[in-house]
Amino acid sequence: MEKKKGWKDVPLGGLIMEAGNADEYETGSWRTFKPVLDQEACNNCLICWIFCPDTSVLIEDEKIVGFDYVHCKGCGICAAECPKKAIEMVLDEEK
Amino acid sequence: MAKTSVPQIKMPLTGNDAGAYAMKQVNPDVVAAYPITPQTELMQEFAQYVHDGDVDTAFITVESEHSAMSACIGAAAAGARTMTATSANGFALMWEVLYIAASLRLPITMAVVNRALSGPINIHCDHSDSMGARDAGWIQMYAENPQEAYDLWLIGIKAAENHDVLLPAMIMYDGFIISHTMEVVETLPDDAVKDYVGPYKPAYAMLLDEKPFTVGPLDFHDYYFEHKRQEIEGMERAPAALAAAAAEYEKLSGRHYGPVETYRADDADVIMVALGSTAGTARYVVDVLRDQGKSVGLMKLRTFRPFPHGEVTDALGKTKCVVVCDRVASFGAFGSPTFMELRSALYEVAERPLVINYIYGLGGRDTGPDLLEQAFEEGLRVARTGEIEQHVSYLGVR
Repeated sequence: MEKKKGWKDVPLGGLIMEAGNADEYETGSWRTFKPVLDQEACNNCLICWIFCPDTSVLIEDEKIVGFDYVHCKGCGICAAECPKKAIEMVLDEEK
Repeated sequence: MAKTSVPQIKMPLTGNDAGAYAMKQVNPDVVAAYPITPQTELMQEFAQYVHDGDVDTAFITVESEHSAMSACIGAAAAGARTMTATSANGFALMWEVLYIAASLRLPITMAVVNRALSGPINIHCDHSDSMGARDAGWIQMYAENPQEAYDLWLIGIKAAENHDVLLPAMIMYDGFIISHTMEVVETLPDDAVKDYVGPYKPAYAMLLDEKPFTVGPLDFHDYYFEHKRQEIEGMERAPAALAAAAAEYEKLSGRHYGPVETYRADDADVIMVALGSTAGTARYVVDVLRDQGKSVGLMKLRTFRPFPHGEVTDALGKTKCVVVCDRVASFGAFGSPTFMELRSALYEVAERPLVINYIYGLGGRDTGPDLLEQAFEEGLRVARTGEIEQHVSYLGVR
């Protein structure tokens, strides 16, 4: 485990000097339910991708290829918004 | 009169005039303020300077004091020298953002015209507004008169912006008693003020720095404590920064400003402690009682945050009785804020004096020499008998 810095070594006033480092914060551990995609039902409208507050819907060539479970908090907005009911929230048994 | 390196320009100014004039001379980048009551005339006068083109400050009028301080925080984080002012319940509405200004280490400076917090509704002087924010992470200095209101604000800017400190500072002066009372004030020439405060050098500036960074993110159990510890360190370094700023100011003005100021206290059996305008009344009463052969003196507490415990014990450690007068009630506490701090500072003094506490002047209740004399007489009785009848009493309440 990384040794945490002491007060003399952290940036002044809680500033984050490195842009985009929220990526290092693994919010996936907050999740109870995880989104699971039904590829058959999905028409790749990407509404889930638009709505996801954590940019955790993974896209390649304009198609959904899965979810970023390292960051997905399991909020379920993607499932609620999906017009095709192609996303199911299932209990994340691994946790 | 002390020799000064620049001429002193005498002007008849109220406390509010003096504050506004200091702001004009500093010519800050941004001022954000709530323009309606409980705002004082200070900000109206500054608005006039803005209107007349005497300053080139971006003046933002906002819908509340919460917004005023929030706008100040945004401006200061962007890299602007930022000033504001408030009073009483307006100050109370700034509460949560005061802490944020301090924790972001933004050296905003603010005049606080001390007035009572409602309720009952009241607009007159006491220290319940600023005393409530004594743990907000701001430097706090209490001015005795318009002269100090002017001088301390300039010193406050210099100390707050010192990169060893980087904490906001508030300068207090008594509502109406100082804010509306005209006295002769010695001001510095514009250039001298400009040179003294110098060009603003922010520790970070969102709009000026080339590399992007984040201000004010979430900070949980893993690092919040470390950032608070840093903030405490900033305050620990404030006494040295204030002393350096005051020493430089003394060369310009001939006026010396330490965290405490004593008057006829060296050999006194009883020393009264007071903040703000009451120190002036107490000085008069000391003279009256000294003429009667009574061994009394005064310690004016100018800097409340950081609390000058070393100077306090030096000034009070050899006396027999200390009479602490505070213009604020701390409900449920053992005495008023100054009493608690000061008594704690004296704990390790070998032959520590007895300390009694008077709460006075709430809601602008006039506190004249007769009342302070009464407090001194009780102090003399305690010094003589070595017995405290009551630790906390009230002056001038029916």
